Amino acid sequence: MNDRLRTAVFLVGAAALGLLLAWGFSGLAPFGNYPGPYGDVLVQIAPNERQIQNVVTAINFDYRGFDTLGEEFILFASVAGALVLLREGIEEEDRPHTEGLPDRHLPPRSEAVRAWGLALLVTIFVFGVYMVLHGQLSPGGGFQGGVILATVPLHLFLSGGYRVFRPLTPEALIEVAEAAGAGAYVVVGLGGMLAGIAFLQNVLPLGETGSLVSGGTIMVINVAVGLEVSAGFVLLLSAFLRQLLRLRRSGHAA
Amino acid sequence: MSWLPYLVAAWLLLVGLYGIATSRNMIHLVVCLSVVQSSTYVLLLCVGYRAGAGAPVFSDVPPGTPSVDPIVQALTLTDIVVGATVTALLLAIAVQVHKRTGSLDPRRTRPMQG
Repeated sequence: MNDRLRTAVFLVGAAALGLLLAWGFSGLAPFGNYPGPYGDVLVQIAPNERQIQNVVTAINFDYRGFDTLGEEFILFASVAGALVLLREGIEEEDRPHTEGLPDRHLPPRSEAVRAWGLALLVTIFVFGVYMVLHGQLSPGGGFQGGVILATVPLHLFLSGGYRVFRPLTPEALIEVAEAAGAGAYVVVGLGGMLAGIAFLQNVLPLGETGSLVSGGTIMVINVAVGLEVSAGFVLLLSAFLRQLLRLRRSGHAA
Repeated sequence: MSWLPYLVAAWLLLVGLYGIATSRNMIHLVVCLSVVQSSTYVLLLCVGYRAGAGAPVFSDVPPGTPSVDPIVQALTLTDIVVGATVTALLLAIAVQVHKRTGSLDPRRTRPMQG
């Protein structure tokens, strides 16, 4: 299919899709007039029923905690998929690549990047832990905090290079951490069943609204998710960096 | 004006699809997919928006203060997480395709080429 035909086919399809969207959107309430009622109901009952301040977190990790479990396993599966795709293939050793940029040279790492990377390490780590733990009180939670925590090794790489990054991120340990995070979510769910109520129902004492230890299982799940997300992203980072290193070794972008 | 956010969502979807259909580089294609996905963020947040209302977080304001819909915000969070990991998976595929074929041009790579 040549480019012009492809674009023509696309434009016909896009026009039809555009009409469908316009038809669909015309049935929605005008912008700024959210009609409810489900969101309003949750906003009304969640702060009292779960002793939390952030209703979004209560929805994600309590009311629809089972969906978030599925979502966490989507993350787990795609990290596993990416790692399988990026695994070391024996047959590709010493195989010359056909495309590359031999004339491009990497600039040396600047002192500013090195210094700031190191200076920010602790700050980012503390901020990441804060985000993971404060999901029930303010915007944050395991997913956001986990991604922030995963940038700590990224800063290690930026300021120290692969030689510093590699020994400080032992893959075997991080894989265990990722699996433990994913498993801990299920264990929290089973805790509900052991207590004689439904899977993932909030079994822990709810505490006092506004205190760090409030919302019962919500914070425990957030910690599990934070561990899983940060470990998963570090594994991805490490796999992509390995690819980069191999390309450099074989004369690419070196 | 009240339809403008919906227009933005539709535009992001269509322009992203256009990018995918005409892409000549798989990295570009993955980024276009992210653009398509960001249309869903805009749409979800639009649907739950209420004029003059605040965030559904009651740490600085007392519970009962008018707020936007928390459900679509929770869905958006889900959406972003899935988007990030799918992007990583697709980029891993792009790395492998480049290793096997020496090209990132999706028009030069036949589907399901081993």
